[in-house]
Amino acid sequence: MPSSTMDNKNLKTDMRELNFGEALQEAQQQIMERDKSVMVIGEGVADPKSIFRTTEGLVEQFGPDRVTEMPLAENGMTGVCIGLAMSGFRPILVHQRIDFALLSLDQLINNAAKLHYVFNGQVTVPLVVRMLIGRGWGQGPQHAQSLQSLFAHIPGLKVVMPTTPYDAKGMLISAIEDNNPVMFIEHRWLYHLKGDVPKDLYRVPLDKANVVKKGKHITVVTYSHMTIEAIAAAQVLAEYGVEVEIIDMRTVRPIDIAPVLASVKNTGLLLVLDTGWASCGVSGEIMARTVENAFQHLKKPPKRITLPDHPAPTSRHLADEYYPDAETIVQGVLSLVDEEQKLPAQEMYERVRRTSLRDIPNPAYVGPF
Amino acid sequence: MKSVDSTIDLPALYHSMLRIRRAEEAIANRYHEQEMRCPVHLCIGEEAIASGVCANLKLSDVVFGNHRSHGHYLAKGGNLNAMIAEIYGKATGCCGGRGGSMHLIDNPAGFAGAVPIVGGTVPLAVGAGWSFKLKQKEHVSVVFFGDGCFEEGVLHEAMNFAALKKIPTIFVCENNGMSVYTPLVERQPIRSISGIAMAHGLGVYTGDGNDVVEVAHLAGEAVAKARSGEGPQFLEFKTYRWFGHVGHEFDDDLGYRPDETQQFREDRCPLKRAVQELIQKFGWSDKDFAIMEENVKAEVEAAFQFSFASPDPNPQTSGDHSYAE
Ligand SMILES: Cc1ncc(C[n+]2csc(CCOP(=O)(O)OP(=O)(O)O)c2C)c(N)n1
Ligand SMILES: [Mg+2]
Repeated sequence: MPSSTMDNKNLKTDMRELNFGEALQEAQQQIMERDKSVMVIGEGVADPKSIFRTTEGLVEQFGPDRVTEMPLAENGMTGVCIGLAMSGFRPILVHQRIDFALLSLDQLINNAAKLHYVFNGQVTVPLVVRMLIGRGWGQGPQHAQSLQSLFAHIPGLKVVMPTTPYDAKGMLISAIEDNNPVMFIEHRWLYHLKGDVPKDLYRVPLDKANVVKKGKHITVVTYSHMTIEAIAAAQVLAEYGVEVEIIDMRTVRPIDIAPVLASVKNTGLLLVLDTGWASCGVSGEIMARTVENAFQHLKKPPKRITLPDHPAPTSRHLADEYYPDAETIVQGVLSLVDEEQKLPAQEMYERVRRTSLRDIPNPAYVGPF
Repeated sequence: MKSVDSTIDLPALYHSMLRIRRAEEAIANRYHEQEMRCPVHLCIGEEAIASGVCANLKLSDVVFGNHRSHGHYLAKGGNLNAMIAEIYGKATGCCGGRGGSMHLIDNPAGFAGAVPIVGGTVPLAVGAGWSFKLKQKEHVSVVFFGDGCFEEGVLHEAMNFAALKKIPTIFVCENNGMSVYTPLVERQPIRSISGIAMAHGLGVYTGDGNDVVEVAHLAGEAVAKARSGEGPQFLEFKTYRWFGHVGHEFDDDLGYRPDETQQFREDRCPLKRAVQELIQKFGWSDKDFAIMEENVKAEVEAAFQFSFASPDPNPQTSGDHSYAE
């Protein structure tokens, strides 16, 4: 695999704006043009809606042998994809909701994650499983779960959750080229967000966190959609003199803790944001590693913001309060940096408070979910 | 249409179908108001299966559904007010707002639950059926699922076990030839679905799912067999989904169902067929139809008014029932 620095040289000239979904589509299209072993398999990958347009045009360009609709047989088809991956192909298996991937846990955990190890390196499983977190519009308890920590628990799997269109494309390409099973988790509320994306094929490593914003007062560690909320919170906090350092983890297995430790050394305060639940979750892992390695730099116990410890309700009257957002983050930051309550907290909350309906990513968003 | 005999109460079947049709039409008509903020999978065009099967069930029999279960719920006697309120996310909904359209339940009516993970409820129905057998009750359990669900491993595991233990479960496959926008031929080889159920050791019936009399007849036989200890039965009914997979609109524009026209739909309309039969065999007049329409319309409208008047659930209660007491 070419090194990312080599490949990423001179990319700046060819940037243009794409949204997150378009970036994913482009990654798959470009790599399929290069590498005949790459296949896309999933329920809906060749249908008229093409997984919210992320597989649009692929079946037309590459044919139904490489872009394949599949039976509703998540467990069996995951095993089939593992078999393909052991046999020289690089399948991308797509689940429109991460919740559907639960049917395939046996194949993923017992086979995909173990075969390279147990067969003493004689077998590789270069499989990508794209899974969407489908929050919003009353998706409810079985269609909106944030299950990354379930996968991140398993040695042998890589688990990535990009935030930006740039990372979406670059990390998907890296995931496809990686010789291990990579769980590629996409938050539905990122799909419409735009950013600069190089035209060419490029790679973003699967094991490096990204410092999104420098700041000296507090370290906010986040990933996926919570990064967007963190940026919104940090903008307002900055106006009141609170400088937040934001680290987008991008990858939840392996966890790149070094930039977090470096940051905490400067700020002494840590707030971790999660799209999932707290118990045995990613946020706890980040806190544990920070405490293990940088306890002496922490001025206060670290905090985290997660989902409440119960399933996602459907009714928006229940779900509105379920999801933490920029306002919750401002609260969390202030509880660490402003214990004396000198800052005008209420005013700050109002500045970040969402006034539009909270079960859609923004008022302009037209779905579908 | 299959000919009607004395075992068939066609007016009652028609009433059951009409309630489903009018309730779902009302959902479709109001969906654009964006107050029903959850996905809805409408079963319009497929009503005969739910109505025909459930007409053979007793209150003590239980029914499990799937993502497309408004019809199953209503046909089993589920409370209409509580269903509409659930879709509106109200405290008075059948799940108190936790579930939405894709999670329905009415225990007193014997509607034991619907969830949207495909295949999720199939083994639950077998478990319920087994419980009846263990308790030596003559009840049956029924599970409704689609042709797509037939591809899930769990369905075959459940059928195997049900046949092994002669469990009184009726498997009802609503074969509309589609999973979302993907036709059956892109998902299964050309062979019969019911043939596989037969090979699993189930009693098998196939029929026209748009003919409520045929459905009721076949389901009647299947239920009687299951009830008398002959083990699990499998009903496969061909049908046609009128609306898009999800949502309140037709989706002819997507072009994945080239035959889809209003004419095509109406030729298969289970209600229209029953109307003909009611006129010819039961001597129904315009007035008879008008009275039933009027009643159903009023009931549906009342359910919406009930929902509008209902309180929103209190966010403080959002975590309740995470665990049983
Ligand atoms: C395990 C699982 N996989 C995929 C889905 C997404 N999904 C929801 S409904 C559906 C189609 C099911 O088709 P079928 O069983 O034929 O029922 P129909 O919608 O035609 O009534 C799919 C793929 C899901 N809910 N659960
Ligand atoms: Mg179907």
